[in-house]
Amino acid sequence: MAQPERPLSPFMQYRWQYTNTLSILHRITGILLSLCFFVLVYWLAAAASGPERYSAALATIGSPLVRLLLIGGLFSFSYHLLNGIRHLFWDAGYGFELPIARKTGWAAAIGAVVLTAVLWIVLGASLGGAA
Amino acid sequence: MSLRSPLGRVLGLGSAKGGSGHWYSQRVTAVALVILGCWFIASLALLGAGAPYAAVVGWLHSPFSAVMALLLVAVAAYHAQLGLQVVLEDYISDKGTRLVVLVALKFALVVAALIGLLAVLRIAFGAQA
Repeated sequence: MAQPERPLSPFMQYRWQYTNTLSILHRITGILLSLCFFVLVYWLAAAASGPERYSAALATIGSPLVRLLLIGGLFSFSYHLLNGIRHLFWDAGYGFELPIARKTGWAAAIGAVVLTAVLWIVLGASLGGAA
Repeated sequence: MSLRSPLGRVLGLGSAKGGSGHWYSQRVTAVALVILGCWFIASLALLGAGAPYAAVVGWLHSPFSAVMALLLVAVAAYHAQLGLQVVLEDYISDKGTRLVVLVALKFALVVAALIGLLAVLRIAFGAQA
């Protein structure tokens, strides 16, 4: 027996598309950057506590788990920066037209990957790689 | 035209409470962080491989770097608090749990920010490495 057509809750009919992918990615990268903020504070506090504490902290920061977070942090910084600028333009009332929003969305996503690669080349050694 | 409901008007409650202030602060800190974030990444690169201790201390001895680092810590903590608050408010529906988690988040970020600020000041006013 066929089910009668019934109205669905908005989240049931919402099709997965690039807009909500980019939106949730902004949130995830924001959360990762918040975690990186605590690493930044740890690093600064260690530097303020003398050379021994500092080198011990560098070893912790260079441990696989923190390094993984910081690599995620590089991408998060790149994406959150570029997509954040996109958000600021929206807040000012520009860039809502679908073709433009699509283009800037692609620019933010591809730009973030490129920027991550560049930052990795420039900063890879600083992030516990060669310490 | 008023966006407030008759009940809200009688009870003296605005339509959005403190929402516009939150929204505006998030944007202002975002603009500041575009500058501060890029400055920080550039500074990290200039510290060189492994960010040696003497380089970090020398870097924060410059008044410009110290002020920028203080701003970065303060503004990043504030922006993180505003952003994480929105995320938590979206996913925690129980009002009691939400309040506890949001207060805990604020405490954690204020404590972390103060540690970061004190560390920068200690290095800035401390001995040269």
